[in-house]
Amino acid sequence: MIIRKTELTELTMKKNEKIGVLNIDSSLYKTRISSRFANRIPYKPTDPHMILSFIPGTVLDILVKPGQRVRKGDGLMLLDSMKMQNQLKSTMDGKVKTILVKKGDRVSKGMVLIEVE
Amino acid sequence: MLLGGGEQAIEKQKALGKRTARERIMALLDTDSFIEYDLFVEHEARDFDMAKKSLPSDGVIIGSGTIYGAPVAIFAQDFTVAGGSLGRMHSRKITKIMDHALKMRMPLIGINDSGGARIQEGVNSLAGYGEIFFRNTISSGVIPQISVILGPCAGGAVYSPALTDFVFVVDNISKMFITGPEVIKTVLGEEISMEELGGARVHSEITGNAHFFASTEEECFDQIKKLITFIPWNNGQKAKAFEPGEPKREYNIEKIVPNDPTLPYDVKDVIRSIVDNSDFFEVMELYAKNIVIGFGRMGGRTTGFVANQPLEMAGVLDVDSSDKAARFIRYCDAFNIPIITLVDLPGYLPGVDQEHAGVIRHGAKVLYAYSEATVPKLTVILRKAYGGGYIAMSSRHLRADFVFAWPSAEIAVMGPEGAANIIFRKEILSSEDPDGTRRKKVAEYKEKFANPYVAAARGFVDAVIEPSETRRFLMHSLNASENKTIQMPEKKHGLPPL
Repeated sequence: MIIRKTELTELTMKKNEKIGVLNIDSSLYKTRISSRFANRIPYKPTDPHMILSFIPGTVLDILVKPGQRVRKGDGLMLLDSMKMQNQLKSTMDGKVKTILVKKGDRVSKGMVLIEVE
Repeated sequence: MLLGGGEQAIEKQKALGKRTARERIMALLDTDSFIEYDLFVEHEARDFDMAKKSLPSDGVIIGSGTIYGAPVAIFAQDFTVAGGSLGRMHSRKITKIMDHALKMRMPLIGINDSGGARIQEGVNSLAGYGEIFFRNTISSGVIPQISVILGPCAGGAVYSPALTDFVFVVDNISKMFITGPEVIKTVLGEEISMEELGGARVHSEITGNAHFFASTEEECFDQIKKLITFIPWNNGQKAKAFEPGEPKREYNIEKIVPNDPTLPYDVKDVIRSIVDNSDFFEVMELYAKNIVIGFGRMGGRTTGFVANQPLEMAGVLDVDSSDKAARFIRYCDAFNIPIITLVDLPGYLPGVDQEHAGVIRHGAKVLYAYSEATVPKLTVILRKAYGGGYIAMSSRHLRADFVFAWPSAEIAVMGPEGAANIIFRKEILSSEDPDGTRRKKVAEYKEKFANPYVAAARGFVDAVIEPSETRRFLMHSLNASENKTIQMPEKKHGLPPL
């Protein structure tokens, strides 16, 4: 196949250093990659050991101590958010390994707050 | 009274780089064409000492005039009067001009610059918004509705622009959001500026709420005027025809598209090499750039273009580009504008985020919009058209009236690499030289299927044409479609996957 590499294509590709490669069905396409695609958060399966904040807010109270045994569904922490108290529950049976925040801390959504082992 | 909120308030407005409501109307409409209605309207609020307050024209100017001779109805909120807040009479003035526009079947332009509801008027103010939203909806698809955001437009007020056809925004002036930075900070603890939350750039690049982005009010008005020349006055008419003109010679259609389907090019250059005077008026230029939409003229007649953009994300369909294209297709269909679709896409964007964002539901909108559209539908397959993407992009199967393909077209279920890997999997794996076998099989598949002739043999493609013949074939097809008539089954309305 003759590749008709045109002046225009060369111009576009030279002018733009951001030209990247996108793989669709094993074909590699030379193209601009949108910042949204480049900055997307890669999917990670949820790890029940990591208790994440499901909402942004302020830590109102911590209900457990490191080393304490907890069962799935037990309350671990109270978050003040959306003008309400929200209880953060354990996603597994186990022992509290570490508590990564303290009372009064502002937390964002998706932050790891407590590790359970 | 003509000074609105008075000299001090006007100075404040100017300091923000904003014109007054009256100046805006004068700048937008043809000279001396504006007739104002309801200059003397006053509010009738009595609570909270409102009886003592005089608000000139109740903070909004309404009337009608022309743009390049086209009749338009217009309202402009006056921020210098009580922050352009919307009270009962303010909203009554707006709904009066909306009713007028619908009755007279003329375009409606709304200039939004308002702090929001006039709290002192309580539920009367909310009722006013509701009456406006209802009219926006009822007028949708009957008369063109244009929203211009030239100041704050926050809370429930944003839903009027959201219900209209085209939203214009200006950098550093337009601000649109449902809940502002202060509420977000108190409730969620997240800090963000108004500009970052709902500025012109955000709505043009990220949310897709705005269709046209300008740096100044002047540039914004030029864009509105240009748009008016491309669209009809109502859904019973076609857009005014212009003097036809040939595309400029600098856009040489033979030299734009590389044969190798993995190499990028700017599909806007292909459009410019086809349309009259190479004048392409792009809509939503900054949003979901992997698809290009906009207006051009063919032989003087307005035509809508939808084109995959190989320069951006290889031209894939994804959630945002599907939304963008589907809405535009429906706009063209509602206002009797034929659609030309230029196809060159590898398929849909893979990814967990896309699947979870609902690429099934959003992608379906494109199929729905094309299938439902009864305006002339012309398709040119420039290069690759793979898989579901081929079907979605105005294929024969969705009742495209004319489907042409360039000799460089590859109409297949997927690209040669992917297809060969699947079809010849066993042969490749069991071979002594898997890479060599794979290359051989890919070449074999390319030779046999990566062309327009398999589809042409089934009649899915009407003609294989040279790039240089594209404009001639499209003009012929548009002329042949002049009296296109389609009978759709009777129904109240369909259920597009909104």
